[in-house]
Amino acid sequence: MATQQTRSLARFMMAPSVILLFVWMIVPLLFTLWFSFQQYNPLNPIRNGFVGFSNYALFYSNPAFLSSILNTLIIVVSVLVITVVGGILLALLLDQPIWGQGIVRILVISPFFVMPPVAALVWKNMIMHPQYGVFADIARFFGAEPIDWFGQHPLIAIILIVAWQWLPFATLILLTSLQSLDGEQKEAAEMDGAGFLSRFIYLTLPHMSRAITVVILIQTIFLLSVYAEILVTTNGGPGYASTNLPFLVYQKALLEFKIGQASAGGVIAVILANIVAFFAMRAVGKNLDK
Amino acid sequence: MARAVTTQHKTIATAAAWVVALLIFFPILYTIITSFKSEQEAIQGFALIPSGTMESYAEVQAQSGYFKFFLNSVILSVGSTLLAILIAVPAAWSMAFSPTKRTKDVLMWMLSTKMMPAVAVLFPIYLIFRDTGLLDSRIGLTVMLMLINLPIVVWMLYTYFREIPGEILEAARMDGASLWNEIIYVLTPMAVPGIASTMLLNIILAWNEAFWTIRLTTTNAAPLTAFISSFSSPQGLFWAKLSAASTLAIAPILIMGWFSQKQLVRGLTFGAVK
Repeated sequence: MATQQTRSLARFMMAPSVILLFVWMIVPLLFTLWFSFQQYNPLNPIRNGFVGFSNYALFYSNPAFLSSILNTLIIVVSVLVITVVGGILLALLLDQPIWGQGIVRILVISPFFVMPPVAALVWKNMIMHPQYGVFADIARFFGAEPIDWFGQHPLIAIILIVAWQWLPFATLILLTSLQSLDGEQKEAAEMDGAGFLSRFIYLTLPHMSRAITVVILIQTIFLLSVYAEILVTTNGGPGYASTNLPFLVYQKALLEFKIGQASAGGVIAVILANIVAFFAMRAVGKNLDK
Repeated sequence: MARAVTTQHKTIATAAAWVVALLIFFPILYTIITSFKSEQEAIQGFALIPSGTMESYAEVQAQSGYFKFFLNSVILSVGSTLLAILIAVPAAWSMAFSPTKRTKDVLMWMLSTKMMPAVAVLFPIYLIFRDTGLLDSRIGLTVMLMLINLPIVVWMLYTYFREIPGEILEAARMDGASLWNEIIYVLTPMAVPGIASTMLLNIILAWNEAFWTIRLTTTNAAPLTAFISSFSSPQGLFWAKLSAASTLAIAPILIMGWFSQKQLVRGLTFGAVK
């Protein structure tokens, strides 16, 4: 049906999007790659020049590098575990017949719409502050010493905040998937005497598996680049205790002006993201085929 | 057919769901409550009933000119979304109605650009913006946010357009409709709901984008994300003011978000979960 004319028209219609995205992806990335092999300091331009792989070596030998990769992975994995397990439980709960379901859903989904700096500041000051926070009030109520979350357990504090932001997303996706489960199947399983647990393991969980995969993949993309939450709470500290890879690159580039090292870190971040993207693409691609 | 739902079961589930929901919503609720307290009250320990003063709101506007940041947020999120729609509609349209063998690959590739970590291109983008004078300009940031969300916009529009039956177009053509009439009377009414949903979700995403909006602005083009981040270096006690600023920053988008639950699922799962 498609004639030569419609085909070239189609190409013409797609061109702006494709060209823009191509330029936006390739040009800065080439710059970064180029800078990663350069000594480049805008404050000290005399020593600028080609330095081979030494930026990678420097970045790699920086003790902050390994800990930042580790922190990145800890944040991603912990938040995924909390949100997926919590999301499944919440979705099961919200799928029950309850009074005021609409309002409950609105309350649960709300944190997802809170911009990251607000979420981080609210948790930092109103909830987790060692003196004026609600957690401190609760601790004092029970006669315990309030915890200095961002001083003693900065990573846990950040994980809590990020998990709070993403739990609604996981819940909403999983609930949507749960509600598309065939009611007759459930009834049949019940009639056959399947208990709640076996119904969950053999019927519900397999049905939700695709939604769970999607939740994990999409969240991973965003969790790999957690930034604002760290910036406004711990600023990466104490020391490098809560610095993840994006934050380390930001520090190197815009605070220390070590552009070469920052670019090397950026290239490593791209490689990390590509490993994840490879799996993400395959899973989403499969869903397209149906 | 229906399973007999006992009232007891429903009561327990309702109680559990409400407790969990209120716990999750609590930080937002407490922020709203605190915004109606005075600074004195705000640090006097846990209290759910505020005195109802509006002084924090007045002060936020007076001291830091909240409205300017709010306006920037509106301009950036709506502007970038409109721009993205303008560019994406033709692309999504042609992919949905005259797909080729490569359409799927193009879509996948577009999605992959979304996975590039922003920090990897932070410095080049910073340089480009600096040297072209786009740093701290609304135009630069609008283009930036447009590029970030363009893949999602194309994808969402594609999944919506794909559901419009092609036969309708043929029928209209058989009835002698001109191309122009076809677009106005047949296509537009069917495409508008999808476009509206896409816009809604993308305004939310652009509003909350908190990397480029913070790093590429200082004062002129700074939206609410940058404004709120400036509160991270405390100048004395400012709990009530922080709460008022936070409430103002999230309220519009929170309300929009409540209406976009379905689009959210669809848009962020790229049509994989409906």
